[in-house]
Amino acid sequence: MERTISFTLNGSPARVRVDDERMLLWVLRSDLGLTGAKFGCGEGLCGACTVIVDKQAVRSCSTPVKDVAGKQVLTIEGLGQNGLHALQQAFLSHHAFQCGYCTPGMIMNAYALLLKTPRPTEEEIARHMEDNLCRCGSHVRVLTAIQEAAGGGKGGAL
Amino acid sequence: MTAADGNLSRRAFLAAGTGLFVFFGVDRVNAYQEPARLPQRVNMSSDLNAYLHIAADGRVTCFSGKVELGQGVTTALAQLLAEELDVDYASVDVVLSDTDRCPYDMGTFGSMSMPMFGPALRGAAAEARAVLLAMAAERLDAPAARLRAKSGVITDPDAPGKQIAYAQLVEGKRIERHLANVPLKPVVQFTIAAHPAARKDALDKVTGKGKFAADFSFPGLLHGRIVRPPAHGAKLLSADTSAAETFGARVVRQGNLVAVLHERPDLADRALSMVKAQFEPAPAGVNDKTIFDHLLKTAPPARPAGGSGDLAAGEKESAAIVEATYLNSYVAHAPIETHSATATIEDGKATVWVSTQAPFMVRGQVAQALGFPQQNVRVIAPYVGGGFGGKTAGPQAVEAAVLAKATGKPVQVVWNRAEEFFFDTFRPAAVVKIRAGISGTGRIALWDFNVVGAGEREANPFYEIPNKRALSAGGWQGGNPPGMHPFEVGAWRAPSVNTNSFARESHMDMLAAKAGIDPLEFRLNHLSDARMRRVLEAAARQFGWKAAKGPSGRGVGVACGIYSNARSAAMAEVSVDPGTGRVQVKRMVSALDVGWAVNPDGMRQQMEGSLTMGLGYTLSEEVRFQDGDVLDRNFGSYELPRFSWLPKIETVIVDNPGVPALGGGEPPIITVGAVVANAVYDATGARVYQLPMTPERVLAALRNKGNG
Repeated sequence: MERTISFTLNGSPARVRVDDERMLLWVLRSDLGLTGAKFGCGEGLCGACTVIVDKQAVRSCSTPVKDVAGKQVLTIEGLGQNGLHALQQAFLSHHAFQCGYCTPGMIMNAYALLLKTPRPTEEEIARHMEDNLCRCGSHVRVLTAIQEAAGGGKGGAL
Repeated sequence: MTAADGNLSRRAFLAAGTGLFVFFGVDRVNAYQEPARLPQRVNMSSDLNAYLHIAADGRVTCFSGKVELGQGVTTALAQLLAEELDVDYASVDVVLSDTDRCPYDMGTFGSMSMPMFGPALRGAAAEARAVLLAMAAERLDAPAARLRAKSGVITDPDAPGKQIAYAQLVEGKRIERHLANVPLKPVVQFTIAAHPAARKDALDKVTGKGKFAADFSFPGLLHGRIVRPPAHGAKLLSADTSAAETFGARVVRQGNLVAVLHERPDLADRALSMVKAQFEPAPAGVNDKTIFDHLLKTAPPARPAGGSGDLAAGEKESAAIVEATYLNSYVAHAPIETHSATATIEDGKATVWVSTQAPFMVRGQVAQALGFPQQNVRVIAPYVGGGFGGKTAGPQAVEAAVLAKATGKPVQVVWNRAEEFFFDTFRPAAVVKIRAGISGTGRIALWDFNVVGAGEREANPFYEIPNKRALSAGGWQGGNPPGMHPFEVGAWRAPSVNTNSFARESHMDMLAAKAGIDPLEFRLNHLSDARMRRVLEAAARQFGWKAAKGPSGRGVGVACGIYSNARSAAMAEVSVDPGTGRVQVKRMVSALDVGWAVNPDGMRQQMEGSLTMGLGYTLSEEVRFQDGDVLDRNFGSYELPRFSWLPKIETVIVDNPGVPALGGGEPPIITVGAVVANAVYDATGARVYQLPMTPERVLAALRNKGNG
């Protein structure tokens, strides 16, 4: 059904008049011009499209936009609004990416973990990140970066 | 591309304006290679392939047709340039993969950027530095030989205070030079290259600001979706698009192409789902189980891929013969970014942003499809979300451009995951048969290696074997009889070599076990290649390898291999669940000799990435298919390596400054299949001959233990 959906996007009010069954990913990317969240699989299997809705990580490719009405949506663009977030800084200094395509989804999913569990163990991190796919094989560094951002880390890669 | 085209394109890209320009061609690479054999691979254009520019603001720019796929080429090129030119790394910009701004490049694959392009870039930077020193000598009234350059400033040590910056020297001038034979710095003096560097693409990638081909948008942009066949070989008979049109989609029909377009990507998907298309069914054909017999039946005659000695003599010298057949399935590239392109056409000029490893090749394809002259097509590969050999062409660029021309609007085509699997150029399925003989003293006397389907690279073993032969029939590079491979195959990270290394190194382990010799010692007994011995020994030190004949029950394995002149060795420790057949790799050590690494941290990223990705083709990845239909269409059934799979990964870079810097994106992955298979054998005494080693196959091997 076409209707106006209002929500908070990266701290600012957003209103879109759309078919409310459309998936959030496409509304973000196409209607609102925020291309940080990526398309990878379209079925919630890879995590490249991960954004935060009311402090929970969601797969925006499989989240109808009607589900975010009245809620707080945070994307990678919003995370770094006031300087790099600790996660972004740690991903940067550890080079916890190669092609970078899965990176926004990785960082947003890690952000959701740290909201819930500020000092996760390595095992908790790996379990939480399990369904975020990375084809370049940056997994080892992603784990290290998240640990560091959580305050338990080692130094940077260099 | 002809030489004339090359010159034309060079003229076209010559930047206007002031500054110092040094033009250089990669064919000059021979003049700059340190002593070592060059990899045989690529016919480079004889055109000037690149240039560097020093501007009056002090910024230094390298223009190159290479593509940033995540492998870190932007960073490595900036390091080499800063090093030889004596400027700060931060003052270097790298402009890549834009056919209007960068000179011709064949493509980014084969771990060739460092060995082929790197030395030429260094030479050009050294040339620029020499030119600047000569100019400074005049301005400072001092002999050039006395002057010193650092951070883009030239000083005279004998006259403190006398100095001039590169920027001042080039201000208001236009100076053009071609690469000449200027001596390069010895690697041991390097302070920027051969040291870890901060990636140039890091900020773009952690903020989400870095743009990929699907992130470009223009007013009026339409998203194109194309009616696809249900199976390879199925022919489109009719397509009723009326419901899609009613829904508000535009429809383009052009020959066999039927596409729907909508200004919203997801609504274009919905429109596509409304198209009622009829296809003539694909003919019945092979599936992922019958494929191996099919390959043997349909393969072309085998061609020699190396050998020496006399096989009959080898048979006579052999006290025991070990024969085995190794199989591997089709494997998908599965980059997380699917094939994407955004095309605009304005005033007869097409511009296409496209995820490709070969923008200049795509330019030709787009020009041909549109009927445009090449100079009216600009192809830009922005950040590319993984390639691994799967983006060496750009069919989606042609689709976007054709639809842009047909609609008069900018058009974006992004393949969905099913299309990505369906149209992938898979790593070929292959069959390798090895017959080898071992003497009474534990020496390999005979080695007869026969590969079908994968290709000949590294089919001939580097081990010292008096009587050996390698034969290869068909492969990843095309030229296969029609129907041999039921779909397109192509380069997949280290093409041929994952297959051939898995078979060779598995078989070496079987021979070592037969001889009752520790598998590392057995390899060293047959190795005169000093570089290979060194990487094996380095891996063993890091791993803490303890000699024992296999199977020892500890679950440890070793394997090694060569790719593009790099030497790669790996050791692994695994556990095998005897109830489920599930293999967990607990620890992996990779040792690599790539000459010297331009960016050692980047090299470690490539090593870690290779080992992690390699676990996929080793343990889970295979494309299932039936009668031309690709049954795996998403990550639910086609399983990529995940966080829970991660072993503890340790990387050892074996420095070898006497060998030119080689690429490291591929060599570490070639050992993964065998090192895990050998560790599984060491753990259980069961040999798994087929990749991927799924739990079912491991269980079957456990049941068959002792029978083979």
